[in-house]
Amino acid sequence: MGTQAAQKSERYFVPQPSAWPFVLTASLIALLGGVSAYLEEDHIGPIPIYAGLAVAIYIIFRWFRGVALESEGGMYSAQVGRTYRWGMSWFIFSEVMFFGAFFGALFYARELSLPWLGGEGSKIATNLTLWPGFEAHWPSNGPAQLGGAFKTIPAFSVPAINTAILLTSGVTITMAHHALKASKRGACILWMWATVALGCAFLYLQAHEYIEAYTELNLTLRSGIYGSTFFMLTGFHGMHVTLGTIMLISITLRLMSGHFKPDSHFGFEGVAWYWHFVDVVWLGLFVVVYWL
Amino acid sequence: YTQTSGGYNMPTGVTEISHAVHKVHMAAFWTCVAIAVVVFGAMTWSIINHRRSKHPKAADFHESVKVEILWTIAPFVILISLAVPAAGTLIRMEDTRGSDMTVKVTGYQWKWQYEYLGENVSYFSTLTAESNAARQLHSGVDVTKVENYLVDVDNPLVLPVGKKIRFLITANDVIHAWWVPELAVKKDAIPGYVNEIWTKIEQPGTYRGVCAELCGRDHGFMPIVVKAVSEDEYKAFIAAKKGGTAVAAAAPVASDAAPAAEPAPAAAPAPAAVEVAAADTKAAAPAPAAKEEGKDELMKKGEAVYKANCAACHQANGTGLPPNFPSLVNSKVANGPADAHVTQILKGKNLMPPFPQLSDEDVAAVATYERLSWGNKGSVVQPAQVAALRK
Amino acid sequence: MAHAHDDHAHGGHGHDDHAHGPDKGIMRWIKTTNHKDLGTLYLFFAFIMFFIGGLMSLVIRAELFHPGLQFVDPEFFNQMTTLHALVMIFGGLMPAFTGLANWMVPMMIGCSDLALPRVNNWGFWLLPFAFTMLLSTMFMPGGGPAGGWTLYPPLSLQTANAFPFLIFSIHLMGISSITGAINVVVTILNMRTPGMTLLKMPLFAWTWLITGYLLIAVMPVLAGAVTMLLTDKYFGTSFFSAAGGGDPVLFQHVFWFFGHPEVYILILPAFGIVSTIIPTFARKQLFGYDSMVYATAGIAFLSFIVWAHHMFTVGMPLAGELFFMFATMLIAVPTGVKVFNWVATMWRGSMTFETPMLFAVGFVFLFTIGGFSGVMLAMTPVDFQYHDTYFVVAHFHYVLVPGAVFSVIAAIYYWIPKWTGRMYNEFWGKTHFWLSTIFINLTFFPQHFAGLAGMQRRVPDYALQFTDFNVISSIGAFGFFVSQFIFIFNVLASCYGWFGRQRNAPDRVWEGARGLEWTVPSPAPYHTFEDPPELPAHEVTGVHDH
Ligand code: HEA
Ligand code: HEA
Ligand code: CUA
Ligand SMILES: [Cu+2]
Repeated sequence: MGTQAAQKSERYFVPQPSAWPFVLTASLIALLGGVSAYLEEDHIGPIPIYAGLAVAIYIIFRWFRGVALESEGGMYSAQVGRTYRWGMSWFIFSEVMFFGAFFGALFYARELSLPWLGGEGSKIATNLTLWPGFEAHWPSNGPAQLGGAFKTIPAFSVPAINTAILLTSGVTITMAHHALKASKRGACILWMWATVALGCAFLYLQAHEYIEAYTELNLTLRSGIYGSTFFMLTGFHGMHVTLGTIMLISITLRLMSGHFKPDSHFGFEGVAWYWHFVDVVWLGLFVVVYWL
Repeated sequence: YTQTSGGYNMPTGVTEISHAVHKVHMAAFWTCVAIAVVVFGAMTWSIINHRRSKHPKAADFHESVKVEILWTIAPFVILISLAVPAAGTLIRMEDTRGSDMTVKVTGYQWKWQYEYLGENVSYFSTLTAESNAARQLHSGVDVTKVENYLVDVDNPLVLPVGKKIRFLITANDVIHAWWVPELAVKKDAIPGYVNEIWTKIEQPGTYRGVCAELCGRDHGFMPIVVKAVSEDEYKAFIAAKKGGTAVAAAAPVASDAAPAAEPAPAAAPAPAAVEVAAADTKAAAPAPAAKEEGKDELMKKGEAVYKANCAACHQANGTGLPPNFPSLVNSKVANGPADAHVTQILKGKNLMPPFPQLSDEDVAAVATYERLSWGNKGSVVQPAQVAALRK
Repeated sequence: MAHAHDDHAHGGHGHDDHAHGPDKGIMRWIKTTNHKDLGTLYLFFAFIMFFIGGLMSLVIRAELFHPGLQFVDPEFFNQMTTLHALVMIFGGLMPAFTGLANWMVPMMIGCSDLALPRVNNWGFWLLPFAFTMLLSTMFMPGGGPAGGWTLYPPLSLQTANAFPFLIFSIHLMGISSITGAINVVVTILNMRTPGMTLLKMPLFAWTWLITGYLLIAVMPVLAGAVTMLLTDKYFGTSFFSAAGGGDPVLFQHVFWFFGHPEVYILILPAFGIVSTIIPTFARKQLFGYDSMVYATAGIAFLSFIVWAHHMFTVGMPLAGELFFMFATMLIAVPTGVKVFNWVATMWRGSMTFETPMLFAVGFVFLFTIGGFSGVMLAMTPVDFQYHDTYFVVAHFHYVLVPGAVFSVIAAIYYWIPKWTGRMYNEFWGKTHFWLSTIFINLTFFPQHFAGLAGMQRRVPDYALQFTDFNVISSIGAFGFFVSQFIFIFNVLASCYGWFGRQRNAPDRVWEGARGLEWTVPSPAPYHTFEDPPELPAHEVTGVHDH
């Protein structure tokens, strides 16, 4: 079947058998089982949770490191690169759909269920017989005023600053990308650290905002549908920013240890795409959660 | 069961709407049969005649734009011919305007409450005691000998014929669905929301239905019976109900105005009752809640409330059906602090539904009964204590 | 299925310039990154789950055999209904289809493995863990989930200790499905052998491509829905509570936005299988290849805009009810195109009826019956009468059991000689088909009548006039279950060579079959197509010879 040496590099890379996925699964089960038991208050203690988490993080680290080494070791053909590109795109698409569920819930609550509770449309009897006197307006914690009166965070205060921060970080990471393509590794690393710093600044302000919401505005997860949608949307977004920042840091460290080439740096691009995705979700959040 | 159903098809029912629905159903059915005859006919023909033994050389055509367009358009046209009458029927079904009277239907785990709005009449409707006894696991009763097994209730919903009746449908705990096939009425009862539907019954008679949305353990045991009667009989029925006693005696629980308890997200919100209903239930409530009661009285009453509401899961002898339904014998709850016990009855826990609809007195009685029966050594609970915990 | 391991040394294709082979013993299966090993694991897992789900359905059918409660408490009955559905759908059918994709997609499109082999391993191993977690809830205080597979709140929020385990196991199944789907989609998009354009691809690959897309789009939505349940129960959010401004019906919208595409996830790969098998045994090319592809895409598109047909009775505004009725009915058009194309493929063919063909033809008949009842259900005013009755149960079992499950069985009979190198037993295969077909109709046909006459679903007991229907249905269910032992026997016989040890299957097992998988030896070597193969014109399914 032809000269093997010539074909080898062209062959699609099929990895060795690996125990990583199995161990990762086992650790996730320990983690989730521990959390489940905790939620149901029959304490089996925190050990499964911490052990599961620690092992999961370790495996994820090992796995990504392994991929990075394989990549740097020249084992990946151009076709493997395309695989990662496609894979990352589809993964981001699935994330978009996950956020879609929560945006959908927000839309439904604002446009349908709250007005119905307030007696609009065909549900006039709902208001008259079950919730007399309730008037629907946003923000709302529902006819039972769950969680008590609360105040919201004005869009054009910290959130607007955070928007600016994230948009800027989108620019800095693009600058880093251009620098990498132009073989200016030093500049690239600087731009990357700038991006990381912006990510951290965002997270700091977000945490600050949460603390203010809980301590001063009485805006909590329990504040009816407003609190639910507000914290779930911004919370999941915050988690993604956190993950994104960790990814940025690891990519930057890889850059500093000489990984990536001007013409082949999928790891870098994947993280950049992810960062842009997080950015775009925030824009949506800013508009429909804070502003409108 | 039904006079109008052949037993294997949808009943034609006793309203104009149910007739229309039945027509659409049959039209759809025969359309499908016709298509099936063509498609399955062609297939069968082919299977018989185009097998290798009869047709050794396969033809080699594999596309034809013409036939493909044909069999895209044809189903489309057929579907439109079905959709148009369906849409017309649907539009009529959703038009609740111009009704002569309104009945509010509330689903509970696992019974129905009917309130005749504006009439001060309201009562609960549950599976008859006979069916209820027979349907218990290992009851030893031959259910085929039970009359109207599982489809009869203690207090049917009585409605006049020839009137446009609007139903307001809601629920108190989880989602139920109110369904009477012969009226072609099915609507979900959703806690915190009210759905509307209407009917106009043409023939007097007894029409039976069921709860059609999974609502927990006894979902299969909350039937519906509608008795359609003449205008005069209906008036007499309402007048008798207003007389009072019948209501309290017939319902297994004295209906109290649903308390505006703080709705926990897990338990459905307890809806603030409509004014009329509240006024009515006050009349029906047997005694002011604050009265002190003797232990024996509470025990006796408690036993009755227990049988009607609790025994299905916790069993008559209190041993429950572990692990799902814990035993009350020696249980931590029944021997522990009374407040926690009462709160669990009022708010429910996990599989146990909340019972806010029981009066203070009933809750006190049943708690006392549970705390002092089967060797339990809990305390007596007074109605006032329950009233305080409702807040 | 299990017998790829002694093939490594098999002549011809076994490139031994490979440093790595499979590990030995149990570690082989834990660590494997090989698509054939993982396909085998997926299929065995699905087999076990089908069995457990089948046992649960027997508990249901035993209790319903006669009116009155004989065996189980109503609460336990509800747990059986709930778990039966979750196990069959997420543990049985979906892994079975993923297993088939694992085995066949790389061999059909001519590549060495799935695009992301380690992720593939992860996607599989999540499943046994997730299902151990799910099934263990049955032994917890308060028992397993009993609110129906649709998990509607507030009822599902009454679940006791099982609740978080239920939610997290669904999250894990979701991750598994998404990783599996991304893998298959990327493989198909990126790894086809040169010359295999999209419109020359085997239909099984096509339908899986679209299925994968649906999975990636809707599994995250399910994850979101159950996450909201979790926070509503434990963290005080009020998505599904009117008191806080939410709505229990909101859950239903999110769930069915996932749930409806989900049912096409369960049927599109079946369409692909049937579109592969019928031309083989009709010895005639698939009729209307292109329109099959477009119809599949059309079904997938429509599946996103019909979800509320499961919720006609919740009290939607009239305009919504009308829209969802029309959109749902439209799905009959592309599905009809498929059915007609299958019939046209058989038309004037030269057919033989080996077991895979029998199951495929059975599929076309019985799936179509399920489709007809689907169209009836789509008509809102009548659905008010059908909804939540046994008519619905009959509908979806017709599309799921003699539909999707039959296709899995057909696929296994069709490809197992390629996997093991040994034929199955034709006589027992045919017997399996006839018994299955008779019993499945006994089981589910009477349920149409029970439903129309007024029997609601999810009840452990019923009024006396439904007795006859239920007696027949229960007899059918037990008969069907027992008949599957023939299948188990036949599969294991092929795996382990009970009809003689030698491997007797030719490379091209079926004379009329086309496709790259038939160009490699039977059993297929552990590594196939490490170098992209040539694509001879006569192996192409999609035809462009004009
Ligand atoms: C594999 C799974 C599968 C498939 C393929 C389908 C296919 C279809 N389903 Fe089904 N369905 C389910 C699985 C599936 N369903 C499940 C699991 C449930 C219940 C969930 C639960 O509540 O637990 C359900 C419930 C369900 C409901 C809700 C019922 C209710 O709860 O009240 C409805 C209503 O519209 C519906 C409609 C349809 C339609 C229109 C199709 C169409 O795709 C069918 C199209 C096919 C044909 C029509 C046959 C072939 C066509 C022709 C020969 C052309 C000519 C035909 C005509 C012109 C009519 N389904
Ligand atoms: C794929 C899905 C699937 C499958 C296969 C089945 C299979 C069966 N189902 Fe089920 N069922 C559902 C999905 C499915 N069901 C759903 C979604 C519900 C609704 C739940 C709810 O209300 O919440 C339901 C509910 C349901 C009910 C209603 C319960 C109620 O309302 O209370 C009943 C009652 O008779 C029933 C019966 C059966 C029976 C007798 C079978 C028999 O066919 C079982 C026998 C089958 C087997 C033994 C498996 C055979 C397959 C193989 C052997 C293939 C081998 C595979 C490989 C090699 C990989 N099912
Ligand atoms: Cu109430 Cu089902
Ligand atoms: Cu659907």
